Amino acid sequence: MSTRDELLALLLENARYSTEDLARQTGADTDEVAAAIEELEASGLIRGYQAVVDWDRADQERIRALVELNVTLDRETGYDDIAGRLVKFPAVKSLRLVSGDYDFALEVEGDSLREVSKFISEKVAPVPEITQTVTHYIMETYKDRGLEMGDGHDDGRLSFSP
Amino acid sequence: MKIADRVQQIPPSGIRKFFEIAEEMDDVISLGVGEPDFTAPWAAREAAIDSLKAGKTSYTANRGMRELREEISKRVSTQYDLSYDPDDEILVTAGASEGLDVAFRALVDPGDVVAIAQPSYISYVPGVTFAGGEPLPVATREEDDFKLTTELLSAHGVADADMVVLCYPNNPTGAIMTAEEMAEVAAFVREHDLTVLADEIYADLTYGDDHTSIATFEGLRERTVVFNGFSKAYAMTGLRLGYAMAPPEVISAMNRVHQYTMLSAPTTAQYAALEALRSCDSEVVEMRKQYNRRRQFVLSRFSEMGIDCFEAKGAFYVFPECPWDDTDAFAEALLEEQGVALVPGHVFGDSGEGHLRVSYATGLNELREAMARIEAFLG
Ligand SMILES: Cc1ncc(COP(=O)(O)O)c(C=O)c1O
Repeated sequence: MSTRDELLALLLENARYSTEDLARQTGADTDEVAAAIEELEASGLIRGYQAVVDWDRADQERIRALVELNVTLDRETGYDDIAGRLVKFPAVKSLRLVSGDYDFALEVEGDSLREVSKFISEKVAPVPEITQTVTHYIMETYKDRGLEMGDGHDDGRLSFSP
Repeated sequence: MKIADRVQQIPPSGIRKFFEIAEEMDDVISLGVGEPDFTAPWAAREAAIDSLKAGKTSYTANRGMRELREEISKRVSTQYDLSYDPDDEILVTAGASEGLDVAFRALVDPGDVVAIAQPSYISYVPGVTFAGGEPLPVATREEDDFKLTTELLSAHGVADADMVVLCYPNNPTGAIMTAEEMAEVAAFVREHDLTVLADEIYADLTYGDDHTSIATFEGLRERTVVFNGFSKAYAMTGLRLGYAMAPPEVISAMNRVHQYTMLSAPTTAQYAALEALRSCDSEVVEMRKQYNRRRQFVLSRFSEMGIDCFEAKGAFYVFPECPWDDTDAFAEALLEEQGVALVPGHVFGDSGEGHLRVSYATGLNELREAMARIEAFLG
């Protein structure tokens, strides 16, 4: 593996590894690591860094839904055009064109059920090319972006200790 | 086989019964835990991993790695203005636990009286007993916020004792002592020529006043053994690393016991500890912040429920009064009916009777749920 691939793998594991951590683990020196990361970011290969949050543990309520979209295309409008409109909405967290029974898999996030359903009915459904939406509210997240979400019962400590 | 009297003398731990009930149940939220719910800082873990990769799998010097002793010495000098020579005044041990045991065995002769401020961590009385000494419980009182006073020391006859064990910030009460309060205890100790064992393992976990080490008072450094470790502040309980600091003749005596029992503290853990001291202070600050939020939450919830609880300012415990007369019955019913585990105060000595130890080394969400269950239980 090249240093660049190794860096990618490590940052996928934990984006908060410091330059020193990364240098130690790849055997490169810190300047090389810093330069390689800068390059990865500048080229757009790395788009950003985010926390993986277990919302079930937060005080704040967070509603997420997976929405299946079916579209009909005409001569002027392609998938990219529809996608281009949808990705502009901040409530849209991910949008993918998929094969199978429906065309797009959309992930929406909001502070309440009302907000999410309002967004789907008022912003998504009215898009002329969209013929059908099927909404699945996420009830429980067990794993997200490769990380298991704890349910609080994985406490490996003894229930009593001195 | 015959079991030694010294061992038979020690009753089984008072939390055994509860532990067995809890083990049988699902969905227990435990507030009975005396260890952080955080994981050791990554840099410390990585240093441990790196040391293994580099093949550092041999014994170290009996007293611990020289580099680590130097780092400890630097730390206590900047933090408490205490100066200990890494060569002959510091001993690295397998947890503060081993340090305490080694000190009891090195310093206590059969029949020596060792005063122990109670409620206290559960290992002191057995430690003294195993060494052949006579434990003398000194009951602190809630009306004094579980602090040790010269009045209490006099009333319990500590003037005639040989040694006194102090633990501030305290397990189980969460009490701390201010510099002025500690100065009075120091004066008493000096006047009556006592040896002091100061277990300061929670020193970095105070919420308000900074910790004052008794060894900083005039004439006290010569008569005090200070214990500390990485279990609590650095969330490194499983790595088993601690240290003791004392004048050279004491460390030398302790090292004699240590070298025949432990040879040296775990090498991997020493590398982790070295890195913890060098680069993990911001994690300690972060963990302390979170403990403090939880502390405030738990205290405010008990007050809403009308349960008396003095405002603990250290460690990660609060020590509320038990709403029922029978603390064991309360703890058992709460565990069985609501799945909330906490520890009856008498486990920490008779003076803990009537109280409960509640640990907040547990996530805010679980604490929220646990407090709601306690409220439901009280009806
Ligand atoms: C007051 C006190 N001293 C010592 C210890 C043991 O610490 P270590 O893990 O360093 O042996 C504990 C652990 O609960 C404690 O509460």
